[in-house]
Amino acid sequence: MLRFLASRLGTAVLVLFVLTLVVFVMSRVIPGDPAVVYAGPKAPPEELARIREKLGFDQPLIVQYVNYLGGLFTGDWGNSLATKRPVLDELAIRLPATLELLFAAMLLAVVFGVVLGVVAAKRPGRAIDGVIRFLAIGGVSMPAFWLGLLLQVLFVGRLGWLPATGQFSTEVEYVSPVAHVTGFPLLDSLLTGNWIAYSDGLAHLVLPAVTLAAYPLGLIARMTRASMLEVLGQDYVFTASAFGLRDGLIRWKLALKNALPPTMTIVGLAAAYTLTGTFFVEVVFNWPGIGQFAVGAMLAVDYPAIMAITLLGAAGYLIANLVVDLIQARLDPRVRLS
Amino acid sequence: MTATTALPAFVPMGGSTLGRIGRVLRTDRLAAIGLALIVLVVVLAVFGPWLAPFPAQGYGETNVADRNLAPSALHWFGTDQLGRDILSRVIIGTGPALTISLLVVAIAAAIGIPLGAIAGYRGGWLDEVLMRITEVFQAFPPLLLAMVTVAILGPSLTNAGLALAISWWPWYARLVRAEARSLRDRPFVEAARSAGVPAWRILPRHILRNCMTPVLVQATVDIGAVVLAAGSLAFIGLGAQPPAPDWGLMVAEGRGQIFTAWWISTFPGLAIFVTVLGFNLLGDSLRDFFDPRQVKR
Repeated sequence: MLRFLASRLGTAVLVLFVLTLVVFVMSRVIPGDPAVVYAGPKAPPEELARIREKLGFDQPLIVQYVNYLGGLFTGDWGNSLATKRPVLDELAIRLPATLELLFAAMLLAVVFGVVLGVVAAKRPGRAIDGVIRFLAIGGVSMPAFWLGLLLQVLFVGRLGWLPATGQFSTEVEYVSPVAHVTGFPLLDSLLTGNWIAYSDGLAHLVLPAVTLAAYPLGLIARMTRASMLEVLGQDYVFTASAFGLRDGLIRWKLALKNALPPTMTIVGLAAAYTLTGTFFVEVVFNWPGIGQFAVGAMLAVDYPAIMAITLLGAAGYLIANLVVDLIQARLDPRVRLS
Repeated sequence: MTATTALPAFVPMGGSTLGRIGRVLRTDRLAAIGLALIVLVVVLAVFGPWLAPFPAQGYGETNVADRNLAPSALHWFGTDQLGRDILSRVIIGTGPALTISLLVVAIAAAIGIPLGAIAGYRGGWLDEVLMRITEVFQAFPPLLLAMVTVAILGPSLTNAGLALAISWWPWYARLVRAEARSLRDRPFVEAARSAGVPAWRILPRHILRNCMTPVLVQATVDIGAVVLAAGSLAFIGLGAQPPAPDWGLMVAEGRGQIFTAWWISTFPGLAIFVTVLGFNLLGDSLRDFFDPRQVKR
């Protein structure tokens, strides 16, 4: 177990190291003179020279790279070109909003995905199974940014039930601001008993969470159905029903428990993919998270921010995959970690 | 991930591949719907310029007098903020969307298949190196990798396609490698080897030909996935640039008027959805049929 963890972490570190190298070389070699990117195309030559010296562009690439790596370890990831503030700070203040959105979406996806999967497995090949399969594949095929806009048209424009964008209403931010406890805005509003902000935040969360959930929900429903069908064909299920156990009990407790490990695998992978989904959903819903910041950074060619996001994204993805493996080993003793 | 072993090679089930696909379509209604959607999209892609009611507007000609018109008998999908007929833009956009997607999948397959086949067949250090490389690529959501690449190369449709191909090839390499590994020790391959057939003839004849079914199933799903990815890139400004009739770009262009002119974003997005759905429905059925155990990624 420990050996497994050590080897996986070793691979993860190696992967991240290679990534820093690749992104660094790409960001320094492809755009030509990075000082021009920093200062803008109209900067005078003396200004460019000053920037080159200040940011170390006049040094050999290898020295620059070593300095960059050193900075990564000491917490100096460079300053964002757009906001001129440390990239790490920019990401840190936005991370909680993204995590809250991601968590809400995954919660929806797991609950509804598992339920739909179990229901579909009850009558394989029948109409309800076909409908659920169509919905699941539809969820996977849906462009998240488009679904978000459709939901806005319906629930904001036509029905007026929910707010369109942002995490809290502007009025709430003035009238009943959220006190800082954990840094997670919605959680903090709940912990401090700030009901005005909490209900407002929940209302803002519904549409982006539903939008983001469509893709993982489809994956989870399909996977749950497949593994339920496999489990339901086993001898012990047959025995249980021969002993007269109620069908619902067999399905929802006995079979589902054993169908969960493969489902958990797909939950982890789906969460990792949903990370990318937050980029588009945050743009559509003006959600103050990392995704929106990342898209802005990419459009503005904000290198330090892009590099930080790349590393963070890869780290998140690696961690998700590792957690999946560990959970799977925990749920299914037959899985050997090697 | 740790528990998964190499998939057993596909065992031929009798009948030609076409015959078997025909059986899938007859028995599986969703697969038939998927194929119908694909046929529709392909017809629009090929005959688009003749089918579009206002082809010139499809390519970008503006008509400011008729801007933001709601759907009507003349403009089925309405008009956009520059007065262009959205139905025409959607139809004209089908060709580029499918072309770029086919190209990306073709490039990814052209890189991934030979590398995967050689690595799986030869094994050894070559295999090790290749698998480590694909692991680095796969330690990353493909779309994010593509986004970063486009951001650095500069946003354009060509760069978006290039970036997507770079992010996609490792999946083919791993898929073919797993197949090749399990085929390597099968009797007919061993027989060929012991008869002195050189590796460069065994690989195409015995290994690649027998890997083609899973590769084709994967490619079916991936064509849809790339349409979705390219549309997503264009939506945030990292793909096709105005005035291209690109679906993702058109959704982005209508975003500002979503509450006053919902049709500008809705119909191009619908085109993406329908296309991706078609390929996913067909691919999903084919996968269930050919290899029910394979976990979708």
